[in-house]
Amino acid sequence: MESPAVEVIDLVQRYGRTTAVDGVTFTLPRGQVLALLGPNGAGKTTTVEICEGYRRPDAGHVRVLGLDPVARHTGLMPRIGVMLQSGGVYPGARAGEALALVASFAANPLDTAMLTERLGLGPVARTPYRRLSGGEKQRLSLAMALVGRPELVFLDEPTAGMDPQARRATWELVEELRADGVSVLLTTHFLDEAEHLADHVVIIDSGRVVAAGTTAELTAAGEDEQLRFTAPPHLPLEELLTALPEGLSAAEPRPGEYVVGGLMTPEVLAGVTAWCATHGALVDDLRIGRRTLEDVFLDLTGRELRP
Amino acid sequence: MRTEPAMTANGRRHAGTFVPAPGRAGLGRMIAAQTAMEARLTLRHGESLVLTMVIPILLLVGISQTTVVRLPGGDRVGFLAPGILALAVMSSAFTGQAISTGFERSYGVLKRLGASALSRRDLLIAKTLAVLAVITLQVVVISAVAVALGWRPSPAGLPAALGFLLLGTAAFSGLGLLMAGTLRAEATLAAANLIYLLLLAGGGVMYALPSGVAGVFEILPITALVDGLRDVLAHGGAGPLRCWVVLAVWAVTSITAAARWFRWE
Repeated sequence: MESPAVEVIDLVQRYGRTTAVDGVTFTLPRGQVLALLGPNGAGKTTTVEICEGYRRPDAGHVRVLGLDPVARHTGLMPRIGVMLQSGGVYPGARAGEALALVASFAANPLDTAMLTERLGLGPVARTPYRRLSGGEKQRLSLAMALVGRPELVFLDEPTAGMDPQARRATWELVEELRADGVSVLLTTHFLDEAEHLADHVVIIDSGRVVAAGTTAELTAAGEDEQLRFTAPPHLPLEELLTALPEGLSAAEPRPGEYVVGGLMTPEVLAGVTAWCATHGALVDDLRIGRRTLEDVFLDLTGRELRP
Repeated sequence: MRTEPAMTANGRRHAGTFVPAPGRAGLGRMIAAQTAMEARLTLRHGESLVLTMVIPILLLVGISQTTVVRLPGGDRVGFLAPGILALAVMSSAFTGQAISTGFERSYGVLKRLGASALSRRDLLIAKTLAVLAVITLQVVVISAVAVALGWRPSPAGLPAALGFLLLGTAAFSGLGLLMAGTLRAEATLAAANLIYLLLLAGGGVMYALPSGVAGVFEILPITALVDGLRDVLAHGGAGPLRCWVVLAVWAVTSITAAARWFRWE
């Protein structure tokens, strides 16, 4: 059987006394897209850089295309594409030169003119890297990751600093990579990005996996629908449950933020508002719907994901 | 040969553009591309051009055509030209390389190349070839200017001079890479410039060292290179053993230390 694109088991990485990655496990099957989702400092970049062979982990098992990324670094490098979170290009090199240089390392590079045009870099092909905008630098870095026609690409926060249009173009590109059989491991702290692109989402917080699965699995999580609202904190939830139809759940994952789960009917909504009125509480930000990844993250960690 | 992917009606390309076809290019092609990039960046960078070309030529012309600096013997160009060639080697192999490599390290260029098909060994080979290419250009231009000013080096000394230039390049490259790979980029910038000025002033490049202190300075790589070049280009022959030994010790020590302590990130 063909080995997975990336296999990480019980990965641990410490920096001095802090544990950046603390027992992370996930698998990216070939030809699919996996998103490592989490806030800044969650350990996403450390995990990706271990997969890229930059450092040997303190503990755990890592295989990339079936190979040890440190011991088999030389053989692995031509088969993967890497987009670092920032930098990596000579400040004085023109965008076109930097791309041509990386293309010259590959046996069957993509047509650089096509790639330049696809990523909207044509107008800045002769501009030195140091004068590119943040989004242009990101797009060049993405082009450099793809030009060697790799089997697997690592994209570390690929759309950070991009305007919405470039972000949308990047999403289309990732979808096209997937359609062409390229495996993609990306990190992001944008929930919509993970929801939109990834077959598998691994939510990381403080170096640990707090949830993993397909987007559908994560957002379904047992309950059909949810009602979410904000109100003054510490209202009596038991009282609410007795007022609602059977089979519903109620929780306050964070002070002042309430979630009612189960089958949503007009009676549920009426019951909630009546209960709030009894306690003189003004309901705010009320919505009914399926859980989003944002809700999942909030429920699991009690914190917002936004950096 | 790839063909252009066809466009679909809505402007999107047919699938297939990114179908994996990984592979490493031939080693020669990779090293040639990296060498060309490194050399081009050096020659394009105004400050490094001042360092590698403008300063040596100004010193050569200025000092040989005036009598501001007292030089031994009557042949001012014959005394100066070897010193200026040694200065050119130091400026490219040591100062220029230390500064550019230090900043490449801090900008993550070396890190990014570490995740490419170009190995670290290939990168160092390319850097060495790029430095040699720039030094060759410097030697040609400086020698041409010196000859135009009346320099007549001994043809019998040219093979040994070439050897001194190569060994000097190795010694100064090792020192430059050692500094770039261990210090912060800003510290490298300051230290590389300071050392350049100190060696320029104290290494016997532009004037003869007073006999009382000459022995102390003879262990410096710049002094060994200047003395060696000056000797063989004036008299021919293989040059003083002392100069070969001093340069060889610097080259072996600095390259070993750089290989041991160079940090890529």
